[in-house]
Amino acid sequence: MRIALFITCVNDLAYPATGIAVTRILRRLGHTVDFPTAQTCCGQMHANTGYRAEALPMVRGYVEVFDEYDAVVAPSGSCTAMIREQYPRLHPPATSVAARTYELSELLVDVLGVTDVGAEFAETVTYHPTCHGLRMLRLGDRPLSLLRQVRKINLVELGDAEECCGFGGTFALKNPDVSTAMLTDKCARVRETGARVLAAADNSCLAHIGGGLDRHRSGVRAVHYAEILAETGAGS
Amino acid sequence: MNRPVAPATGGGRIRTPLPFPTAARPAVADRQLRANLHRATRTIRDKRARVVDEVPDWEALRDAGSAIKADVQRRLPELLEQFEASATAAGATVHWARDAAEACRIVVDLTRAAGADEVVKVKSMATQEIELNEALEAAGIAAYETDLAELIVQLGEDTPSHILVPAIHYNRAQIREIFQRRMPDAPADLTDEPSALAEAARVHLRRRFLSARVAVSGANFAIADTGTLVVVESEGNGRMCLTLPETLISVVGVEKLLPTFGDLEVFLQLLPRSSTGERMNPYTSMWTGVTPGDGPRSVHVVLVDNGRSAVLADPVGRPALSCIRCSACLNVCPVYERAGGHAYGSVYPGPIGAILSPQLTGVADNASLPYASTLCGACYDVCPVKIDIPEILVHLRQQAPHPPVERAAMRVLSWVMRSPRRWAAALRLMRVGAAPLGAYRERRTGARTLRRLPWPMSGWTRSRDLPLPAPQTFRDWWGKQ
Repeated sequence: MRIALFITCVNDLAYPATGIAVTRILRRLGHTVDFPTAQTCCGQMHANTGYRAEALPMVRGYVEVFDEYDAVVAPSGSCTAMIREQYPRLHPPATSVAARTYELSELLVDVLGVTDVGAEFAETVTYHPTCHGLRMLRLGDRPLSLLRQVRKINLVELGDAEECCGFGGTFALKNPDVSTAMLTDKCARVRETGARVLAAADNSCLAHIGGGLDRHRSGVRAVHYAEILAETGAGS
Repeated sequence: MNRPVAPATGGGRIRTPLPFPTAARPAVADRQLRANLHRATRTIRDKRARVVDEVPDWEALRDAGSAIKADVQRRLPELLEQFEASATAAGATVHWARDAAEACRIVVDLTRAAGADEVVKVKSMATQEIELNEALEAAGIAAYETDLAELIVQLGEDTPSHILVPAIHYNRAQIREIFQRRMPDAPADLTDEPSALAEAARVHLRRRFLSARVAVSGANFAIADTGTLVVVESEGNGRMCLTLPETLISVVGVEKLLPTFGDLEVFLQLLPRSSTGERMNPYTSMWTGVTPGDGPRSVHVVLVDNGRSAVLADPVGRPALSCIRCSACLNVCPVYERAGGHAYGSVYPGPIGAILSPQLTGVADNASLPYASTLCGACYDVCPVKIDIPEILVHLRQQAPHPPVERAAMRVLSWVMRSPRRWAAALRLMRVGAAPLGAYRERRTGARTLRRLPWPMSGWTRSRDLPLPAPQTFRDWWGKQ
């Protein structure tokens, strides 16, 4: 199976460790991963802010770059949801590749049929199910089923886990007061768990919650769950 | 009667006087209000979840509700004419109102013709939408709200902040204070016990029910094949209004039609569980025209368009007209919980308001509302008629007038990102440009984050640190392998 990695624009620029982690996990499971360098951005920010016309060139670009692969994996629930939910409506020729685009946990659990990826991570971790992964992709238990198989991990439950953190893309900039009020509550729930690590499937949401946690010097680290799954306890 | 052509946009209390972010600011800063909303929305939300979970065919019911409403929207003109014929045959008089002003005029004229200078009111969103109380007052007619929460809001000279629970922004101590200040017959030793407050309101209202000659209501449903109107309520005060006065005037949005009486089977299951979290609501009143010797002798129905024809014309936005005003979307919305209902500047707050108000007025008049959402999708999950609110929000954002600076930035970004070569160069530029700053911040603080940025990023850094580009991008790492 030819698997391509769609890193997403935010991860490429600010969170390369997440892409490196996805590559390591898949290689450890015996798969080869390709990274077509002509990829750019899924266009979600444009489309969801009211600029569909400006998003369309990115949608067409995605089809050109990824249509030849059997599966495309993206370490982002939100970008995957954009591709799977919105692409077919915006640009019908994208329908086929959109259906072959998976969020990491979907690829691992549904396509490759694994939940134990051989990881070890000795930390107390809580998991925030990000909105688009939860309610658009219906990831359900998949990311947690992967985390539960990690050796030495101490998973603790997050209160009001299914409530949005207040990021919402440009919402955080356009509605800073409401966004901050939501963030404050989310950070409080995270700190109540006593976890030292907050995991999620989207680095944009994690940048938001993590940015709030950092501002209050909480000592809680926000990491993409792929980075936990990549750890083997052997100093990889 | 000939059906007049409706104007493209509606009037009444459906416009934000202030942009949503500005209007939300005082609510977010009001700790008492935040606590009231938090407690109330969570209570109803949990109740709803419990009674919905016990219905095995809930998803099938939602599909049925959604399909019936879609059918109504496909053949609304035909169904409206059928309703007019059935209701007229049963002894009701049907009036057509193009907009809020026309609907108010019709109600004022009918009240005057009945020789009344006061009306009792059943809780109704349509009359709040058209600002009927204000129009009646201007005509020298007193309007008395009889729903407990609407009464609280009216006595407090306030506006509703929730569809189902208009006084949700008050706690009981605040309600006691309003009663003591504004209700002349409130007992001097009134406590803030819910039963004491309800009793005070009951005594106060009983006199109104007995003296009023005209009642004004809305309707939850209007049945085309029988001409029946349906009001679903909890307190029984609506039942008093619907049965005691001689004249009954019902103001009904044209989207409230259902094709047949049998369709109620679906909606009377969906509505109570979604709204109050009850298996069945205490009072369901149905009336079909005039029944000799029973109830009002003069029955009027005012069918209101007020922008609805324009909503109907947009196939993507149209499902907003399926709304049955249950409020489930308000009660799960994290934005509503923090901002409160008044921030939406319309009688329709919350997620449904964010898609309905801009469509009724035209998006340009309510341009901030489609952005008053994180698109988290919680509203869509609970909607009993499956309105894809996030999809409609995104659809309306395409029509919203965009700030010029934002538009320019989005175009530049799109131009960069549509080209792999330009995007790779931009990544390199951002990485290299941010490198000294990143190294400096890392030395100083141990993290590559920024704490304060100028506008427009100041909205971000006021409460969160912002990560700087990594020392090497992912494609740098990939290239080195």
